[in-house]
Amino acid sequence: MSWLSKLFSKLFAKWLPNESSSWQWFYRLGSPKWFYRRSGQWLPWLSLAALLVLATGLVWGLAFAPEDAKQGNSFRIIYIHVPAAFLAQSGYFIMAIAGAIGLIWKMKISYMVMKAAAPIGAVLTFVALFTGAVWGKPTWGAYWVWDARITSMLILLFLYAGVMALQYAYHSIDAASKASAILALVGTVNIPIINKSVDWWYTLHQPATIKLTSAPSMHMDMFMPLLVMIVGFYLFYGVALILHTRNEILRRERKTSWVRELVNAKAGL
Amino acid sequence: MSQAPLLSVENLAFERDDSCLFSAVDFTLDSGDVLQIEGANGSGKTTLLRLLTGSLQPSVGEISYLGQALSECRYNYLSDMLYIGHQPAVKLNLSAEENLRWMVATAAQSNDLSIKDALTQVGLAGYSDIPCYALSAGQHRRVALARLLISQARLWYLDEPFTSIDKQGVAFLQSCLQQHVAQGGAVILSTHQDLALNGLRKYKLLPHIEQGV
Amino acid sequence: MLSSAPRKMNSGFVAWLRRDLLLAYRRRGEVASPVVFFLMVSTLIPLGLTPEAAQLEKVAAGMIWIMALLATLLSVDGLFASDYHDGSLEQMLITPQLLPLPILGKVTAHWLTTGLPLTLVSPLLGLMLSLPIDGYLPLLCSLALGSACLSLVGAVGAALTVSLRKGGLLLSLLVMPLYMPVIIFGTATVNAAVDGLNWLPPLAILGALFAASVALCPLAAAGALRVTASN
Repeated sequence: MSWLSKLFSKLFAKWLPNESSSWQWFYRLGSPKWFYRRSGQWLPWLSLAALLVLATGLVWGLAFAPEDAKQGNSFRIIYIHVPAAFLAQSGYFIMAIAGAIGLIWKMKISYMVMKAAAPIGAVLTFVALFTGAVWGKPTWGAYWVWDARITSMLILLFLYAGVMALQYAYHSIDAASKASAILALVGTVNIPIINKSVDWWYTLHQPATIKLTSAPSMHMDMFMPLLVMIVGFYLFYGVALILHTRNEILRRERKTSWVRELVNAKAGL
Repeated sequence: MSQAPLLSVENLAFERDDSCLFSAVDFTLDSGDVLQIEGANGSGKTTLLRLLTGSLQPSVGEISYLGQALSECRYNYLSDMLYIGHQPAVKLNLSAEENLRWMVATAAQSNDLSIKDALTQVGLAGYSDIPCYALSAGQHRRVALARLLISQARLWYLDEPFTSIDKQGVAFLQSCLQQHVAQGGAVILSTHQDLALNGLRKYKLLPHIEQGV
Repeated sequence: MLSSAPRKMNSGFVAWLRRDLLLAYRRRGEVASPVVFFLMVSTLIPLGLTPEAAQLEKVAAGMIWIMALLATLLSVDGLFASDYHDGSLEQMLITPQLLPLPILGKVTAHWLTTGLPLTLVSPLLGLMLSLPIDGYLPLLCSLALGSACLSLVGAVGAALTVSLRKGGLLLSLLVMPLYMPVIIFGTATVNAAVDGLNWLPPLAILGALFAASVALCPLAAAGALRVTASN
């Protein structure tokens, strides 16, 4: 993979006046210690923002948005379901990109981000599936329907499970990180193929009658809170990812002096 | 040609999961050299050899071949190198001759010695058609060692080549090494055996001492 | 003199293909087991579902495909395992060839000894599961292409789990989700033909999947082997 990083630096060198200074932030970001300190500063603000946006979206969506003409109040579950499904998908890409950065630039921190992203994404996928089932009962009359989106979500859950299982199967942290990064990348290539083929399969077997959400046809009053909720979920995801990554940093760097100092300082208080 | 040594190893260190196996390994190897790597069990002899073959990446330091970093001359280096590891890479369901045939087929270069002759020289004259599961561990190692006779590689890396072969075999292997070195090749091997070879040098692998990170 | 001989320009593809085929020939019994598995499970289907031809023919294509998938999964586990244990995998990693080519050689050997026999016995299964006559040719074509995809994708999984002691189960967990598009288009090819529709479009997509797998899977498997086998 070293040739790839060389290629990147060569490509970017053309546009960047001074390679070393412009890339410094990138390499500093790679230092677990730096990331830990910095993320500690971001965290309160990010959590506050997530809390505010989520609260706004929830109150708006659940209390003020108009009732759906056909589905009544049960449609309101989309304010959880759709953002969760959104984040479940992008979470996989975030995980795979973190893994790719690790493979190319050999950056320790990105492997930690990758490991932290997997369970969060899996939980969000599960939330999307669960809320889908709860919503499906009053709408379709069954908890489980082999709908294209639901099936894709289920496969996504399996993909997450694979990455997590591989992560835990290796004793060596190094091998675990690299192997699951490769798997995540293979999965990334496959996700669009899987989604397209499941869509195709679904139209083959039963033409789509009810679609869960079709944003453009949604009324603006319903759509705006959804947008707020999606932003809120992204913020929440950021908070969860940073918290999880910090945890992983402490675990992996427990032998280094800065972590020891940190622990001693906490114990001393 | 050039003054660059055949192989030079600078400040090599290997760590796995934050524990350092060895550090500051330095040596050079010229044609005609035999380097014996010594060290206690678990000191990283096999790891060092695998770093040299390029199947592991060093954490710190550089290995260069004829003055070029390995990443710059991977193809040439790998074509010029022969590695026989702990496991002899002998397929039990194939006969000695078939085993040797695919080993030679995947190598970058070989000399004119026929596979039959090579097997005869390593003392497997009557065994070339027998499936390897019927052979002993020492005979498996002999099959692997027959590669040395056919190979044209300059660098030989041998991990415990004397394991489970008899006295005669040890003498034969030593003469093989001697001949290879005389032709301008070089050998790095790990063994606890005392060798009597011209140009023999020893390198002792010391465990890494933590200096309080 | 050493190193003066001209270097053989070989890709390693043929050498590894020949070696693995020879090994498979020596272990004929082991190689036959996926096919036997394939046949045996198909006996369970009428027992578990129904022996009625009208109902069997509806599920025949899907069942044959699922069994082909399981049979491939059973055998792909061993693709790199014995090479890993006897040290020949390490020899493969340090040959000067481009690593994807020897891997492609091994995968080709795997397909020739698993996917191809499964494809060839599939008409027999079609007969047992009363697959309508129009379905046989699409079944053969789709299985031939699709089982190659299964072998290729399986190789990535096998490479990722080769150094784990209980890699087999994990391998199926990793690879199964990646197999879903192949299953979808494989069964769709057969069902389209049975329903009297044009079965070439899904087969063409299967061909596209195969082309993508040939290009990408050996690369991914090579990367995975470098990580896992040197562990």
